[in-house]
Amino acid sequence: MTEQSEEFWRWREYRHTDPDKDWHDAKIVTAGVDIGSVGSKAVVTLDGELYAYSVMRTGGVSEETAIEAMNRALEGTGLKTDNVHYVVGTGYGRVNVPFAKRTITEIACHARGAHYIYGPTVRTVLDIGGQDCKAIRCDEKGKVMSFLMNDKCAAGTGRGLEVFADLIRVPIEKLGKTSLNVEEEPPPVSNTCVIFAKAESVALLRQGWLKEKVAAAYHLAMVNRIVDLLTRVGIEKDFVVTGGVAKNTGIIFRLEKSLGIRPLEPKLDPILAGAIGAALFAKALYEKQIGLR
Amino acid sequence: MLAHYGYKDGSGDYFIIIDTDKCNGCGKCVETCPPRVLELIDDEYDIEGGLMAAVTDEHRKKIKYSCGPCKPVSGERKLPCVLICETKAITHSW
Repeated sequence: MTEQSEEFWRWREYRHTDPDKDWHDAKIVTAGVDIGSVGSKAVVTLDGELYAYSVMRTGGVSEETAIEAMNRALEGTGLKTDNVHYVVGTGYGRVNVPFAKRTITEIACHARGAHYIYGPTVRTVLDIGGQDCKAIRCDEKGKVMSFLMNDKCAAGTGRGLEVFADLIRVPIEKLGKTSLNVEEEPPPVSNTCVIFAKAESVALLRQGWLKEKVAAAYHLAMVNRIVDLLTRVGIEKDFVVTGGVAKNTGIIFRLEKSLGIRPLEPKLDPILAGAIGAALFAKALYEKQIGLR
Repeated sequence: MLAHYGYKDGSGDYFIIIDTDKCNGCGKCVETCPPRVLELIDDEYDIEGGLMAAVTDEHRKKIKYSCGPCKPVSGERKLPCVLICETKAITHSW
């Protein structure tokens, strides 16, 4: 019998309900389902306030993942999908959310969600997702003013980090911290392709570099690529990072160093921004539907 | 909203930038573009909706090559999409 080896890329799936809120008191129950390339998120809001959410990995069939994410978010609350007044789908798999009444692009949802999480002072949102990276400029209402998306290659994204975590055998949650454990920054690896970056990292490991140093080189390459994108749309304070990679301290620290602007600290898991934005759009759409606005 | 469609790679920045506040959804750019790089889509960025021009998914990751025939290395560049747009909503980054 072979022993199951540890999978270092696996990040934690979880769900949460706000114990202080009761959906029976709410006038409007809306939900946002964000089917990303790597992670899927479902958020339920009561009158525009966050109530319950779930975060899980996207499976092979987007429709099933959407249903599962929604069921997990509603788990234990007594709510059913039918009780939710309006559902908006977003993310790569947004057209595959069977119970969504409308779809809105994840770019608008991330801007709206960042506005909710970090407050109205947010002007620049950087969403680092599983498979792409988006630089978004927004106004005080969370409306998108300018955006740029890089989805040509997974270099500089979460999936790239997952691959790298497996390579150096460090759990993904500790990867950022590991990369900061160097005395000085090594030169970055290639940043145009995630496969080249991994190949270069392998070569550096074979040359005897410590894994911390290789991690630093990899993170630096990612940050350089991201900063290039940000410069095109321009950076204005306040600056925030959303998406799963926002939890990587190695990326956040180097972004701050490179841009000279400190990203705001999130009050909530930044991976939820897209789904929160979708749920808030759902509220606005429902109010429009019943003639409230 | 300034929508940047395209990518950056080792050889440079390739973005078609559409100012959706200026774009009136007339669709003339869609008709005039020889390789059909552009299309009209429903505005998925705002709950108000409406039509706006965008770069198709098919061309988004290869516009350096798709737009190539309209951009001779030598000589004047007369980009049909830019010229036909009455509201001057389209610009190219390269």
